[in-house]
Order: sequence, then C-alpha cells, then structure tokens
Amino acid sequence: MAGTAYWLVKLRNLFAVVMLSGIYSLIAAVLYVVMDAVDVAFTEAAVGAGISTVLMLGTLALTTDQEKVHKKPPVLALVLVLATGGVLVYGTFDMPRYGDINAPIHQHVANRYIEKSGAEVGPPNIVTSILASYRGYDTLGETAVVFTAAIGVLVIIGRSKGGVMPGSTAARRRRKDKDRAPDQPSTASSDLDEEASS
Amino acid sequence: MFDLATIKDLLGLVNYWVVIVLMMAGFYTVIAQHNLIKKVVGLNIFQVSVFVFYISMGKVSGGSAPILKDGIETYSNPLPHVLILTAIVVGVATTSLALALVVRIHHSYDTIEEDEIQTIEHGEEDIA
Repeated sequence: MAGTAYWLVKLRNLFAVVMLSGIYSLIAAVLYVVMDAVDVAFTEAAVGAGISTVLMLGTLALTTDQEKVHKKPPVLALVLVLATGGVLVYGTFDMPRYGDINAPIHQHVANRYIEKSGAEVGPPNIVTSILASYRGYDTLGETAVVFTAAIGVLVIIGRSKGGVMPGSTAARRRRKDKDRAPDQPSTASSDLDEEASS
Repeated sequence: MFDLATIKDLLGLVNYWVVIVLMMAGFYTVIAQHNLIKKVVGLNIFQVSVFVFYISMGKVSGGSAPILKDGIETYSNPLPHVLILTAIVVGVATTSLALALVVRIHHSYDTIEEDEIQTIEHGEEDIA
C-alpha cells in the first residue's frame, strides 16, 4: 500500500496516477476485510475504487493527462512533512496497542450496540442497525452533504444558456489576446470565432 | 537493549505507523505538487489513511466481523465502521466537488498547474 502511495506521488502521467489511486482504494478495501470491517470494504471497493476513478477519468478527459515537470525540489515541504510525521509517530507511543480489547474505544456505547441491537432493531448486521437507527441523523446529514455537493458541481460546471460556463469567456479571451499580441493583433472576428468554438 | 517484550509491544503500534506513512504521503502531495489533479489524489490518500486509522482502532483481537451469529462471543467495534461508511460517501462528494473546480479552472486558464495559474493571474494584474 505504501508502495502504491509512493508511486502515486512520483508518477507524472496522470492517467497512471488515477489508475493507481483505484488500486490503492482496492488494497485499502482488502485491509478493511482483514480488520473485520466488511461493510466498509464493500463501500470502499464500490465508491472509492469505482466512482472516484470514474470521476477522475472524466476530469482527465476534460483537462489533460500529463503533469508538467518542475525543477525546483520542494525541500521545505519535505522537511515539514517529515517533522509532522515524526511528531505523530512520537504520539503513537501512548496509543492502545492494535487489537487491545481494553482500549478506551471499546468501553463506551459499542458494547451496548453489540448486546442489544439484535433485540432492539432487528438486523443481524450491527453496522446496519447503528447506521439506520441509532445514528440515523448521521446518515441524514450525509445525504444532505451529498445533495449539497451535487448542487455545487452543477453550479460550478453546469452550462448556462449560451452553452459556455458562466464567466469563463472573458478570462480566456483576455489571455489569448495577450499571447497573440506580439505578432498579430486580435480582431473582432477572431473573438467571435473563439466564442463559437468554445 | 531491545528485549522480546518491547519488540512485541512496539509491533502493536505498526498499524498507526502505516497510517502515518500514508498520511504523510498524502500531505506531501497536497502541499508540494503543483498539479491540481495530483493534489486531489493526495487528499484521497490522506483520507484513506484516516479511514484505515479508524478501522484499525475498532479491531479486537480474536473478534469477528460485527454480524450477530450464535456461538460468536467477541465482535470488533462496529461504531468506527459506521462512521467510516459515512465518511467514504462524503469523501466522494467532496472529491467530485474538487474535480468540478479543477475542470472549471482548466476551462478558464487552460492549465491545471498551480504556478502557471499564478503567473497568468499576476500577468493580468500588471496589465491592469
């Protein structure tokens, strides 16, 4: 998994990066199965590896699939990341060990859910009981978030009446004028062509 | 210096270290890369590392998946699973929003490289 992450950072071909991020999600799903979270694994494989990858491929189709090379190595970022990682590793020494049944996380409501959800809610799958019943408001909020995101996407890239994204032509024409300025002056007719083509 | 008990004790922390390595890979991608799609992928790496963190905390040694069945005494903690189920879906929603912004930026600037966008922006300011 760490290897996948390494190549994700390293590769410049964005198509390969997107494919790798799908693989990364699938490996994460396997990891969830190993750690007993079968429902999460299902969701990660379907949503994380499936829908995310499709969305990213769509974005690549609309933009570009090659990253440009940068010469300056980001030393400051590397130092910052290593420092943060070091502090976090130091912080883990006080954490409960993996699989410890006496960890604080297992001392609160979880036991009650495990003991009573069968009688109180019904489904044998405890995750379903919690998701739909005990923490139903979470799921309601989640739906609200997804709805808001959908509206946001429509507002950002939805097409207006003229068939172009709102407010975009002005910026594009200004830039094209600037690029063209040295040898050939921009004319009204070429502006019209651009608008038609975009 | 390192006896067997200490090493065994430290092995119980390996799951956190894996999470931290992944998290830092994502963090590095977000702050150091110039390509906007790469940044979104970095956010995803970061996100998945947090998911793994939660799920690994919910694991109980010898426990089984939290589906009620006769004869099984120990279950892993179902609560983190529920939280992460919600988080995965929300994560995809935010990812799609970010990608929409990338498409929109590409439409306006014809590039998805952060530094090029900044050059264009400053160039326009100079003209104005």
